[in-house]
Amino acid sequence: MSALQKMMGWIDDRFPLTATYKAHLSEYYAPKNFNFWYFFGSLALLVLVMQIVTGIFLTMNYKPDSELAFASVEYIMRDVDWGWLIRYMHSTGASMFFVVVYLHMFRGLMYGSYRKPRELIWIFGVLIYLALMAEAFLGYLLPWGQMSFWGAQVIVNLFAAVPFIGDDLSIWIRGDYVISDATLNRFFAFHVIALPLVLIALVAVHLVALHEVGSNNPDGIEIKKKKDPVTHIPLDGIPFHPYYTVKDIVGVIVFLMVFSAIVFFGPEMGGYFLEANNFIPADPLKTPPHIAPLWYFTPFYAILRAVPPMFGSQFPGVVAMGMSIVLMFFLPWLDRGKVKSIRYRGPIYKIMLALFIVSFVGLGYLGLLPSTPVATMFAQGFSVIYFLFFLLMPWYTSIDKTKPEPERVTG
Amino acid sequence: MKRLKNFLFLLAAVPVLALAAEAGPPLDKAPVNLADQESLQRGARIFVNYCLNCHSAASMRYSRMEDLGLTEEQIKENLMFAADKPGETMTVGMGKKDAKAWLGAAPPDLSVVARSRSPDWLYTYLRSFYRDDSRPTGWNNVVFDKVGMPHVLWSLQGEMVPVMKKEGEHEVVDHLELAKPGSVTLAEYDAMVGDLVNYLTWMGEPAQLERKKLGLFVLAFLAFFFVVAYYLKKEFWKDIH
Repeated sequence: MSALQKMMGWIDDRFPLTATYKAHLSEYYAPKNFNFWYFFGSLALLVLVMQIVTGIFLTMNYKPDSELAFASVEYIMRDVDWGWLIRYMHSTGASMFFVVVYLHMFRGLMYGSYRKPRELIWIFGVLIYLALMAEAFLGYLLPWGQMSFWGAQVIVNLFAAVPFIGDDLSIWIRGDYVISDATLNRFFAFHVIALPLVLIALVAVHLVALHEVGSNNPDGIEIKKKKDPVTHIPLDGIPFHPYYTVKDIVGVIVFLMVFSAIVFFGPEMGGYFLEANNFIPADPLKTPPHIAPLWYFTPFYAILRAVPPMFGSQFPGVVAMGMSIVLMFFLPWLDRGKVKSIRYRGPIYKIMLALFIVSFVGLGYLGLLPSTPVATMFAQGFSVIYFLFFLLMPWYTSIDKTKPEPERVTG
Repeated sequence: MKRLKNFLFLLAAVPVLALAAEAGPPLDKAPVNLADQESLQRGARIFVNYCLNCHSAASMRYSRMEDLGLTEEQIKENLMFAADKPGETMTVGMGKKDAKAWLGAAPPDLSVVARSRSPDWLYTYLRSFYRDDSRPTGWNNVVFDKVGMPHVLWSLQGEMVPVMKKEGEHEVVDHLELAKPGSVTLAEYDAMVGDLVNYLTWMGEPAQLERKKLGLFVLAFLAFFFVVAYYLKKEFWKDIH
């Protein structure tokens, strides 16, 4: 026995290192037919790590103080060695996190990855998405620019629309009557420690649940149903390591090329990743004429604005916005389709999914624009489609004409 | 299907909404060229002479202008009027309260002004001042109506007066005409403002030249790494059918 084997034996007697490595990498059998859409899970993990590492370095020079915050970001951009790179990686990472997460979720919708037995994976996933939105929202206050301030003001005021307790609730969140130094300090605490801990824990359970039941695949069939009689390895499964580690590295490089192109050549992304107005220090006395949230929130912002105030209260809009996310949790039980993957679904689901995507993107686009009667009309139409996608799902998935699923995975 | 068609028809109207969101007078294209060091140096000189009396650039250190091909001596001799050490940032002596009392609003810090306002906006704005005796300063601006800032560069550009046109019920500025020439021609003035805006654009993010240079190396490395990773993947996957 070599020294290394001895050492591994010593560790394995005390900690399941080899067993864990086997269960999650070298003997985790993933379907061999993963396609393009299966890159985004590992990419989301990559971005999470990147955000945490760049975030740690930003924290070393950032000052969570309403008098100093804006200038400290510029200090990082100018005087800290490689500060500009760290900051742009973090700001680009925030947007790219949502890009990969949205594509990852779309993959789930296409191939029915939320269906039995993967309901909990999906639910953990939606929780990750919620935590990510909170994390992004909290982080956006920190540069203390005009959009940081007024964006936070608008969102925290949503809580003030809750009947009876609204005013107290919003003061409790802000720690003040307006967004202030107290708000900045608590948002900083939540952004750098509380939410990251929640995110990491949720990602861990998301992966544990995934590795318990095994990955879905573009055919939406269970590879565990057809196992080798001797080895009990799924016939269509291949070890995650080395096959998918080497494949994911290719995806990582392509992603990093896109990421670097943005970081090095257009970190503002035309104002979508870094808004021009956020280069003006926060001024509580000067409301910007147009307050738009960052692009990844705009679909929900558009839903919020699409609902007219009722009884002099914005609350119905807030409820609609909340419901648009809450509905996602029920997806595994709303879908009554006989097959999981879009490859074998009938035309109705395909049309509904296409309409849903168009509505979501359309809402995202409208959420960026100032509110006009025409824009509101469009937003209302898209919102109705958004909700009907979920609410009518039990009906249209059960009447849809599906094709037979294959016995084994196809290419 | 009919619903889909109606929907697609509606969708075709969406880009119109984006146009509706644009507003304000058209902007001229700023001649930004960050590779032109001489233009940046000229711009820096205009900036410290004309802007830095009221506006600060508190995130910008004088010594950073070494990136523009200047030596510390040159910076000290020619560009530092309000600081003792090149490591200091570009602050101004005017207090915020005084400034507000004198001008109506404290002049904003210009460190990142090219990022909040676009270079095109700055280029147009600085060339759009005109005589308006109804304003306390005697000046107004086409792209920033009732601006608090007087026309600081008037001795260079001269005095412009507006030629009005009717737009519905309102009289609006159609274009500006030179009433009293300044010390330079309008073309020379445009070039000077171009240099100044070039400098402001650079000052908004002094790391941007380095950033773009480095980006090419990073992308080249990743492209090479991609080829290696691609063949590595192919080698591993050749037995999987």
